[in-house]
Amino acid sequence: MSPANTGINDFVIKIANVNGTGSASANTLLMKAIFRMGIPVVGKNFFPSNIQGLPTWYEIRVSHKGYLCRSGSVDLMVAVNAETYSQDLQEVEPGGYLIYDSTWPRDRQLSREDIQVLGIPLSAMCNERFDNARARILMKNVAYVGALAALLEIDLDVIRALLQETYRDKQNLIAANLEAIDIGYSYAREHFDCPLPMRLEPMDETRDHIMIDGNTAAGLGCVYAGATVGAWYPITPSTSLMDAFKNFCERLRIDPETGDRNYCIIQAEDELAAIGMVMGASWNGARAFTPTSGPGISLMNEFIGFGYFTEIPAVLFNVQRVGPSTGLPTRTQQGDLLSCAYASHGDTRHVLLFPADPRECFELAVAAFDLADRLQTPVIFVTDLDIGMNDWMVPDLEWDDSYQPDRGKVFTAEQLEEMDVFHRYADPDGDGIGYRTFPGDHPKGSYFLRGSGHTAAATYSEKSPDYVELVDRLARKFETAKQLVPAPVIDQRKGVGRAIVSLGSCDGAIREARDILAAQGIETSYCRVRAFPFNAQVEAFLEEHDQVFVVEQNRDAQLKQMLVMETRVSKDRLRSILSYDGMPVDSRFIVDAITEALEEEAAA
Amino acid sequence: MSFMRKPDVVHSRAPKNDLGLTRRDYEGGMSTLCAGCGHDAITAAIIESFWSLNVEPHRVVKMSGIGCSSKTPAYFLSDAHGINSVHGRMPSIAAGANAANRDLHYIGVSGDGDSLSIGYGQLAHALRRNLNMLYIIENNGVYGLTKGQFSASADLGTKAKKGDINEQPPIDPVIACIAMGGTFVARGFSGDKAQLVPLIQAGLKHKGFALIDVLSPCVTFNDHEDSTKSYAHTRQFYHPAIHADFIAPAEPIRAAYEKGEAMEVELFDGSFIRLRKVREGYDPTDRSKALTYLNEYMAKGEIITGLMYWEKSTPDLHSIARTSETPLSKLDYGRLSPGAGKLAKIQERYR
Repeated sequence: MSPANTGINDFVIKIANVNGTGSASANTLLMKAIFRMGIPVVGKNFFPSNIQGLPTWYEIRVSHKGYLCRSGSVDLMVAVNAETYSQDLQEVEPGGYLIYDSTWPRDRQLSREDIQVLGIPLSAMCNERFDNARARILMKNVAYVGALAALLEIDLDVIRALLQETYRDKQNLIAANLEAIDIGYSYAREHFDCPLPMRLEPMDETRDHIMIDGNTAAGLGCVYAGATVGAWYPITPSTSLMDAFKNFCERLRIDPETGDRNYCIIQAEDELAAIGMVMGASWNGARAFTPTSGPGISLMNEFIGFGYFTEIPAVLFNVQRVGPSTGLPTRTQQGDLLSCAYASHGDTRHVLLFPADPRECFELAVAAFDLADRLQTPVIFVTDLDIGMNDWMVPDLEWDDSYQPDRGKVFTAEQLEEMDVFHRYADPDGDGIGYRTFPGDHPKGSYFLRGSGHTAAATYSEKSPDYVELVDRLARKFETAKQLVPAPVIDQRKGVGRAIVSLGSCDGAIREARDILAAQGIETSYCRVRAFPFNAQVEAFLEEHDQVFVVEQNRDAQLKQMLVMETRVSKDRLRSILSYDGMPVDSRFIVDAITEALEEEAAA
Repeated sequence: MSFMRKPDVVHSRAPKNDLGLTRRDYEGGMSTLCAGCGHDAITAAIIESFWSLNVEPHRVVKMSGIGCSSKTPAYFLSDAHGINSVHGRMPSIAAGANAANRDLHYIGVSGDGDSLSIGYGQLAHALRRNLNMLYIIENNGVYGLTKGQFSASADLGTKAKKGDINEQPPIDPVIACIAMGGTFVARGFSGDKAQLVPLIQAGLKHKGFALIDVLSPCVTFNDHEDSTKSYAHTRQFYHPAIHADFIAPAEPIRAAYEKGEAMEVELFDGSFIRLRKVREGYDPTDRSKALTYLNEYMAKGEIITGLMYWEKSTPDLHSIARTSETPLSKLDYGRLSPGAGKLAKIQERYR
C-alpha cells in the first residue's frame, strides 16, 4: 500500500460515467460547490459524440495554487461505469482512491493494492429510495456527490444553496436531490473514516472570479461588440457559442415595449451559406459572425477568399476539434492553424486571434469585430473545444462603458455628398485600407463589389498592373495588421536564453510546467502569441532566445511552421513539443518533454 | 465581367419618372454579352420596371453569382450597390444583406447553372425563408462561359451545338419552386417584354421571395435547330396562361377590360396585381392544381408562362425573426450594448 495522498486542496477527481444519465448536472454541482468554498478549481469534460449510453468522463482539478490545466494524474476516481472500470482503475495514482458502485460484485481480477477502494451501493440505495426509473438513474449521480461531500468535507450548506438556485422553479427536484445527497453522505459517514486525509479546506481564492466556458464568454462578447446578425450551421464544439448569443440576446436585446428583436439569427442550410450570410450582412453594414469548427472552415474556404479579396469584414469563430475529416468531434486540438491562416485558393493570409481562456474569449471577441471592421477583412477567432466547452475559473469579466465600436474607414452620406468621386479600393492613407460605404446611404457611395479582378475604382479589370496593384495593397494591409492585432503576452526572465512559445489553451499547462521546471533549476522565458500576423514583439522575442520550445496541440507543428515562414527566426532554434491525442495538454507532459530534450542535449 | 461606360448623353425630352429620373438613370455599363443574348432583353425589362416603379437606384441592392447571367447586374442601375459573389451562393449573400437592412430593395440575377446545379440548395433555402427579394433566373439550358455544356434545365432530347443529345430529365425551376413552397413563382420569356415587365414589377412589390424563371435563349450555344431553348422553339411552344398587370397604388383601379375571368389582388403597399386568365383551367392560387397543370403541359413540350403561383399569407424572414423595424445595420450601438452594470449582474449566474 502506497502512502495515502494527503494533499489538501490539491488533487484531481475523475468521474467515469455513462453519457445521457444526468452526470453533467451532478458534476457541475460538485465543481461549483468547491468553487464556492473559495478553492480554485477547473473542470474538463471528456464526452463521446453520442446522445446516450457511451462512456464519458469528467475531471475536476482542485488547485490551491490556482493552476487551471490538467496535471496529468488522477487522485480520486469515481468509477460508476462498469464498461470502463478496468481502465479507470489503472489510471489512479498510487496512494489514491477509487469509489465504485458496490451494488454489483467487482471482478476479483480488478483490484489494486496501492490504492484505497471504497465501495458504495449507489444503485441499490437509489432503487430503494426512488420509484421512478429515470430518477433512479439521475439520483445515483447526485448520491456520489453526497458521498464525496462526506469524504472530502464539502460544505453541505453550499450544496443546498446551489440546488435551491439551480432548481428554483422545480421544488420537487430540490427535495429529490437533497435526498440523494443525504443517501451518499450518510453512507460514507457510516462506513468510512471521514474525511479522507486528501480533502478540502475553505479558502478565499475565488472571490471576484467566475466559472464560465469560452463559448458562452465569446457569445457574450458578440453581444457587447454590437453584433446583430449571426448565421451558423450546428457543429460540435461550436454550437454552444450561438446558443449563448441567442440566450443573451433574448434577455438583453429585445425591446421591452415592442417586443422587437435587435438581432437576427439565421440557422443556415450549411456552412457555405452561413459564411455567405455573414459576408452579405457585413457588406451591408451590420456586424455579423459565424461560429463553426474545422469541417466548417473547410467548407467556407471559397467565401473566406472572397472576403479577403473584396475586403468584407467578417468574424468567424473556429472552435477547433480533432481533425482531419470528421476526426474526433468531441476532443480538442489546435490543428486548424494553417488551414485558417492561409484559407482559400490564391495568395491569401488571414488575421487570426488566439484566446487562451474564457476571459480572453470575451475580450478578443470584441477585438475581433473591431479588427475586422478596421482591416476590412475576415478575422478568424481560433479557439478550441477545451476552452469553448469546459468551465474555467477566470477573473470577472470587465466592461468599459466608454467603449465605442471601431467601424474602421467608412464614408457617411454627409461625407459622400461633399465628394466628387468615390473610389472604394483606393489607398489614400498608405496603410492598404480604403474607405467603404454602406449600401443605401448615398448614390455616390455605390460601387460594384466583385470577386473578380478590379481596379481602385471597383471596376472590372483583367489587366496585370491592376491585379498586381491590388494584391500588393492587400499585402500592405497585412503589414498594417501587425500594428493592430493584440500583442503577445511575454514573461521574459533576464539572462535566460531558453524560452517557450505557445498559444491558446496550452497556456495553463505551460504556466504550471514553468513553475515545476523552475523549482528544478530550469528557468524559461515565455511568449504566448495572441494573434497572426506575428508582430514585432514576437519577432524580437524569438531573436533574443537561442533555444525556443514551441508548444502546441497538433501533430505537424503548425505554429512552428508559421513562425518559420513568417518571421526571421532560424529554424534550428525551434524545437517542437506536440500534444495531439485529443486531450487538453497537461503540465506533466510539457515538463517531461523539456526535461528529456535537455537531457538529450547534455548527453550529446 | 467587363465594364464599359456609356456616353453621358441624354435626350432632353426623355420621359422622367416621379423622381425626375430618365430611364437612362437606371441603366448600367455597356453589356459585353453576345449580340442578341436574351439576357440583355431582361436587363432592359429590369430597367423599365425600376424606372416605372420610381425606385431610387441607390436604395437597390443587386446581387449575383457566377455565369453569363450573373454579369448582368453590371448592366443596369449603375447607382445601385452591387455584389457579384461566388458561384451558386448569391442567395446566402441576399439572406445576410437582407437581414442587415430590411429597408432596401433586393434583386438577384442568376442562371440555370448557378441556380439549378451548384446553387440549387441555396435557392431552395432562400425560398424556404421567404426572403424579401426578387430572384430572376435567366434560363438558357446551357453553360455559356465554359462553352456549351448542358445545364440542369436542358430538356430531354435537346441537342447541344456540338451534337450531344441530353438524356437526363430537366429541373423545371417553376415546378420545383411551387412544390417547395414558393410564394411568388412566375415564368417569362426574354422575347416578351410586355409580359415580363409587369411580372418584374409585381415581383419587386411582393413581400417575400419572388422567383421569375425567364427563358433567355443563348444565341451562341443554344439557338440552333433541335435546341428546345432557342428563340424559334420558344416562340412556337410558349403559351401565356396567366397575364399579370401591375397597378401602382396611385393609379385608379379599372375594371377588368379583357374578356374572361380577372382577379385583382392587393399588395402590401396598396398597389395591385390584376391576374387575367388567358387559358382555361389555370388557377394561380391553388398550389396542387398549378403543379398538375404545369406537369401535364411540360410532358407535351409546351412552355406555360405567366404568374404561375402566388400567395401572400406566408410571413417573410423578418416577420418570422421579429426583427426591429429599424434596420439592424442602422441601430445605434447604445441600443445594442447592455453595458457594464448588466455585465456584473449576468456574471452572478457563473459563481
